[in-house]
Amino acid sequence: MRDKSAYTLAALGAIVLVRNLYLIFMVMPDEAAQGMIYRLLYFHVPAWWTAFLAVGLSAIFSGLYLATRNLRYDALAVSVTEVALVFLTMGITLGSIWGRITWGVWWAWDARLTSALICVLLYAGYLMLRRSIEEPGQRARISAVFSLFAILDVPIVWFSIRWWRTQHPQPMQLPPEMWHTLLWNWFGMALLTAALALIRFDQEEAQRKVQSMRHLPQLAYRD
Amino acid sequence: MDSRNFAFMFYGFTAAWLIVFVYVLTLVRRGSRIRAELKRHEALLERRI
Repeated sequence: MRDKSAYTLAALGAIVLVRNLYLIFMVMPDEAAQGMIYRLLYFHVPAWWTAFLAVGLSAIFSGLYLATRNLRYDALAVSVTEVALVFLTMGITLGSIWGRITWGVWWAWDARLTSALICVLLYAGYLMLRRSIEEPGQRARISAVFSLFAILDVPIVWFSIRWWRTQHPQPMQLPPEMWHTLLWNWFGMALLTAALALIRFDQEEAQRKVQSMRHLPQLAYRD
Repeated sequence: MDSRNFAFMFYGFTAAWLIVFVYVLTLVRRGSRIRAELKRHEALLERRI
């Protein structure tokens, strides 16, 4: 049942994203100063929004785990965090490629880019941390605390362009048709995120089942 | 259509889809590894009970 929902969401997400590719390349007007490179914006911005949505959910699930000690919340937290890291990587990669053309450099150590890189490293660290702890309860507890710590970077990334002078552009006034495409792309990415997180959640639960079977006395002396 | 900077736009879109594709591949591989391990454990348990 969960598999079916995941595949349905993935198919819907794929349809929305392919339809958006048509909009981005065939319908959206050209940008006078940047040429074609500005079209990366339609993936760069929604990728960050999607990643922030996912890490926000991860923090909520982590908090719920700490409150209830139910390992299902831990499984949900790791599932959405892993998918979030995909979109964080996408966002930072696209930003860097856009910057190479617009600023003439691949990277600038301004507040927005630096805090965004820290965000990527924090969530990569979260996943590495989990791999280093064997005992499920301890792993869930430490990961949940780490996730609640990592989420503190998100408002810094979000507001950095208002708090400091940055190379990264300030929020822009966009024409309605550009907003429309951006929001539809976000919707497509959110559907894809839900699908991937559901698949990952199933795997996490199956992995937990395997681990608990390993500790059964009947399997204690296998191999 | 204004085709300036087409190459970098192409790199960007390729990178974006490649990142998703690589992640989906790792999910598929991990899924089949876990399923195989679960089957192996279940078979072993059945034999030992």
